[in-house]
Amino acid sequence: MSKEIQYKELLKILPDDDILQQCIHCGMCLATCPTYEITKLERSSPRGRIKMIKSVARGEMEMSRIFADEMNFCLDCQACETACPAGVQYGRMIETARVVIDQTEYVSKFSVEIKKFVLRKIVASRNGLKIVSRFLWIYQKTGLQKLIRATGILKIFSKNLSEIETLSPLIADKFSDTQINEIELPTGEVKYKTAFHFGCLMNTMFADINIDTIDVLKECGCKIITPKDQVCCGSLMGHNGDMEFALKLARKNIDAFEKHDYDFLISNSAGCGAFMKDYAHLLEDDPDYAEKAKRFSSKVKDVMEFFAEQKPELTFQSVISKESSTRLPDRQAEKSSSNDIQQISLPINRDRNDNHKKNQNVTYHDACHLIHAQKISTQPREVIKSLPGVEYTELEEASWCCGSAGIYNVVRYDDAVKQLERKMNNIKNTKAKIVLTGNPGCMGQIKHGTQKFNVDVEVLHPVTLIKRMLKK
Amino acid sequence: MDQYTAEKLKSMVGAKNYFDSKEDKLVYSYDGTPIYQQLPEAVLFPQDEEQISQILKLANLEKFNVVPRGSGTGLSGGSIPVDNSVVVVMTRWNKIIEIDEDNLTAWVQPGVITRALQKEVEKLGLFYPPDPGSLNVCTIGGNVANNAGGLRGLKYGVTKNYVLGVEMILPNGDLLKTGGKNMKDVAGYNLRDFIVGSEGTIGIVTKILLKLIPKPTKSITLLIYFDKLTDAGKTVSDIIASHIVPSMMEFLDNTTINCVEDYTNIGLPRNSEAILLIEVDGRGGEVQEDAELIRKIAVKNNASALKGAANEEEAFVLKTARRSAFSALARKMPTTILEDATVPRSELPVMIEKVSKAAKMFDVIIGNFGHAGDGNLHPTCLTDERDSKAIERAHLAFDFIFNEAIKLGGTISGEHGTGLAKKEFLEKVAGPVGVDMMKKIKKAIDENNILNPGKIFTISPKCEGILPAKREQIKDFHV
Repeated sequence: MSKEIQYKELLKILPDDDILQQCIHCGMCLATCPTYEITKLERSSPRGRIKMIKSVARGEMEMSRIFADEMNFCLDCQACETACPAGVQYGRMIETARVVIDQTEYVSKFSVEIKKFVLRKIVASRNGLKIVSRFLWIYQKTGLQKLIRATGILKIFSKNLSEIETLSPLIADKFSDTQINEIELPTGEVKYKTAFHFGCLMNTMFADINIDTIDVLKECGCKIITPKDQVCCGSLMGHNGDMEFALKLARKNIDAFEKHDYDFLISNSAGCGAFMKDYAHLLEDDPDYAEKAKRFSSKVKDVMEFFAEQKPELTFQSVISKESSTRLPDRQAEKSSSNDIQQISLPINRDRNDNHKKNQNVTYHDACHLIHAQKISTQPREVIKSLPGVEYTELEEASWCCGSAGIYNVVRYDDAVKQLERKMNNIKNTKAKIVLTGNPGCMGQIKHGTQKFNVDVEVLHPVTLIKRMLKK
Repeated sequence: MDQYTAEKLKSMVGAKNYFDSKEDKLVYSYDGTPIYQQLPEAVLFPQDEEQISQILKLANLEKFNVVPRGSGTGLSGGSIPVDNSVVVVMTRWNKIIEIDEDNLTAWVQPGVITRALQKEVEKLGLFYPPDPGSLNVCTIGGNVANNAGGLRGLKYGVTKNYVLGVEMILPNGDLLKTGGKNMKDVAGYNLRDFIVGSEGTIGIVTKILLKLIPKPTKSITLLIYFDKLTDAGKTVSDIIASHIVPSMMEFLDNTTINCVEDYTNIGLPRNSEAILLIEVDGRGGEVQEDAELIRKIAVKNNASALKGAANEEEAFVLKTARRSAFSALARKMPTTILEDATVPRSELPVMIEKVSKAAKMFDVIIGNFGHAGDGNLHPTCLTDERDSKAIERAHLAFDFIFNEAIKLGGTISGEHGTGLAKKEFLEKVAGPVGVDMMKKIKKAIDENNILNPGKIFTISPKCEGILPAKREQIKDFHV
């Protein structure tokens, strides 16, 4: 590919120089970058990558194997965006660069096509994903998995293939969309009108979490509409260089939900939530959809964000003996503690006093797409801490990427494991028995980590923990 | 640099620690300083003292330059490559070698991140106070090279107040060991204090002995709003004059407040002309008394509101917000030129006004913030390096600011160093005799001028590199 084409390709998507110019190379991002931490090389840092993108975009440097490799080494966790006071849109730059390098000789055409096929024809198509999942389920349930693992046959092909095979989460017996009615009503009065996006991984691999989410929402007094014609959110395609297809999916989803009357669109999957909140921005130049997308995105809420904002009342099974009713999250503690100087109101949560025996040692891992993409970090903690009987231990480096990162842990298994090992060590140090996290990718990755690094901890979505504690 | 030298360097440090791809050269062509950049010939990650010594000996022999580097967050260009140079990166030297709880000292390697050291010693109830804005990223080695300050400088001093000993490789390859765990030591010249702040021009630091102090047990953090800039300045002078020494007294003007608030969303007052972020710390009752007195002084000086952080977390959020100020200003314009003019504390209100005047006179946007308690301001010009006229105006504004600071008995740099960015102003502050002495010292230690040449001052006015022996070595001349 000639220098000129590269230059135009990059500039076409980065409409003007201003996005590139925003980075003042102060280096504040270095401390938060998981890949820089491993190599300590400037080229594996957000600042270094931006400099390289800038030079290629301006035609000062040609694209190269090193360039391509560093762009793909990035987890796209966007921890650097959270750390960047200047507001540099690093995610946009790196994703654009990946689109361009997919068209160069540095990435094999074959792997690009395979990636596109898997994402378009399998992940994005509910039936495709179901068929693959069903095969996986048969594989897991019939003893074939045990047989294959026992023979070690996969190791003949590649050591990684056998490792990646263990990444595949246990497929649910039934997919969630067949069990959730299009309209679900709470037992009591309707307090909130909600809609639900069931995701693709959540629907097939983690169907139970979707059922738990619906059950807890119903307990909160939610009417839940789950349109049958909704589709995959498009996040995996968008982040992997196929934005055109992602936008097709976005428009389909907007049409599917537009027909219904609801105030909140609940997502329990961080990646989906983040991408659907971004529809407004992604479709702002589409005259037919700009307005609709804005409306759609403004209603999207992560399930924990919804709980923290609306504070629905829930009745929990009593941990000691008597029943207790509590609001989620309980803000009572806020009223206490004041000194003679007027207080500043910051979004910082405080420990609450509850009378329950603390018998559930719990910690929380921030999914990148919650904390960095959606800026949601205090809300889940508030909710978790307000659960009766929960003893919360903060996880060291909770916002450090676990290595899952979309399909990163499949395409770059070895790099992903380095991040996972760090995560598992931190989890081990909390001595928690349960680690909560709000994204299917992270759940799969951390579950894989519990086996690989032999850490005795249960990996749950926060809604599952709430469901367990509800009064039966 | 020729192929022979490159191969030799590669065999010295090992192929996996030697980088000379165009990508690697590119990403080590800059540090945190705006505008300046230059490509190095190669980037090296030496593994031990012996390798550094060999690199420097070869540099003398083959006449190439060596530029030491930590995390590359410096703001005066100290770690930016020079002509015909290799960069020696020390970030992998990141071990805390020893924390001596009996003597309250710590031996560290130069690549240790400042915040990482603080976290380790704080676990033991100890304290390492210097806290430059980039403390999460910057290295102790870089802090020593630039004598870094920070928010706590007012009460606890700067890096030089905590360096007890240094080991460094001199430009001729010798290993110098100076200082030690003695709290008093007057044997000979005080080389240690001379090394601190030498900006990597007289040696490459390989080991540092630091002093630690007990961690204060109590602190109160206050945030004070002002409708008038001068009232904030007056409050600072009054607090100093009433013999209170806060551990931190930070100033932010309206432009800075708004940029920081855009980033942090913590409810800073967007309409206030200025805010002061003040922390008092210590043990027991005096902390509360000091806070009370500060409150009275602020009220007397027309503070429009006064808030206290309810707990440590809130205080941390406020301090983190302040540390983001420099980078947050880049939200407004793509190029931020940060300066470091410092004046005697009593002159602070005057200096704040001079900065505002400079902005008006030269038609530039200046965000002003800084360590008010130290008289150390960081007027930051918000501009665009693609617009040469705007850059020209920014330079004129800073000329004015520097000259005014010097007139007030101030200095051109409080804590960022002279480096490349401020060397043309050095003589105005240090005087011709002072600069001459610096140059003589440099010449005596670095005979061939191979270590970070052209930083702080220029030894020979025109030629920094080797004299061209062949026609091909003469580069095209660009204006």
